[in-house]
Amino acid sequence: MQCDQLADQLAAVAGGDATLDDPEARLHVERCLRCQADLVQYRKLLRALHTLRTEVLEPHPGVLPGILAHLEAAGERHALRSMLTGRRLAYAGGIAAATAAGAAGMLLYASRGKRGSGAIAS
Amino acid sequence: MTEPTAQAELVARSREGDQAAFEELVRATYADTYTLARRLTGNEEDASDVVQESYLRAYRGLHRFRGDAQFSTWLYRITANCAASHMGKRSRRRTEALPDDDAVIDVNPERDPAASAEASVLRDRLETALEGLPDKLRAVVVLRDVYDLPHEAIAAELGISESAAKVRLHRARRQLRDRVFPGRPDAISLLDEEAPRAV
Repeated sequence: MQCDQLADQLAAVAGGDATLDDPEARLHVERCLRCQADLVQYRKLLRALHTLRTEVLEPHPGVLPGILAHLEAAGERHALRSMLTGRRLAYAGGIAAATAAGAAGMLLYASRGKRGSGAIAS
Repeated sequence: MTEPTAQAELVARSREGDQAAFEELVRATYADTYTLARRLTGNEEDASDVVQESYLRAYRGLHRFRGDAQFSTWLYRITANCAASHMGKRSRRRTEALPDDDAVIDVNPERDPAASAEASVLRDRLETALEGLPDKLRAVVVLRDVYDLPHEAIAAELGISESAAKVRLHRARRQLRDRVFPGRPDAISLLDEEAPRAV
C-alpha cells in the first residue's frame, strides 16, 4: 500500500469522521512514519480550525446599519405590496359589486317588462 | 452573543411581531453571523451582503423556527445557505499567493510565550489558507471543522449530497494541510512533539 492511497482517509480519520477499518491500511499507518506525521499535522490543523470558533471578526461600522436598513426596506416593500394588494381587492370588490348591481337591475327590468306585456295581453 | 434563554425570549417576542425584539436579536448576533459569513465568503463585501440577506430570510422564516435547536444554529444554517447562493452567483475566484515558509508550528500556546507567538503565526497562515481555498471547499470545512455543523445539515444547506460534502471536506483538509504546512512533514520531529494516537 502507498501513502498517497491513504491521503483522503487520513484526513477523515484525523477528524473522527472515519476509522481505518481495513487491516492492511491500519498496518501501513502503524508502520509508516510519514503517514503518522501526516496524522499529526491534520490534528494540529483541526485544533487550529477549532480555535477559530471562539474568534469574532470585527464587522466594519456599516454592517449593522446595513442589516437594519435592509430589513426596514423589505418591511416597507412588504407593506406597500400589502397595501396595493388591498387596493386591488377593493377595486375588484367594487367592480364585482357594480356588476352584480347591474345584473340585478337588468333582471328586475326584464321581469317588469314581462309583467307589463302580460298585463297588456290580458 | 446573548445567553440562549435571553435569545429564546427575543425570538418568542419577534415571532409575535415585536420588531424591536428582532432588532435586539440582530444586535446581539450580527457579529457572530458576520464572522461566519466572512469565513464562508472570504471577503468583507460579500460577507456584508450575505449577512443582510440572512437576517431578512430569518425574519421572514421566523414562524418556521421550531426552537428545537438554538437560534444561533438555525441562523448559521441560513447564513450557510445564503453564502452558498451568493457565491454561486459570483463568478470571480480568489486565489491569493501563499507564504512559502515550510516551518511547522505548534498550536498549543500554553507551553510558553514562543509557542503562543507561533500559534498566532499558524492562525494567520490558516486564515490566509482558508481564504485561498475554492469557495465550495472552504464552505464545507468552515461549517464542519470550525462551527461543528453535522454533515447532514451542511449537505442540506449547500444543496449537495452528504457523501459529496464529506469528499469536499477531506479535500479541503488536505489542501489546507498542504498550504499551512508546506513541504513533506519532518516525520521524526513531529512525532517527537506529539505521540500519535491509535488509528
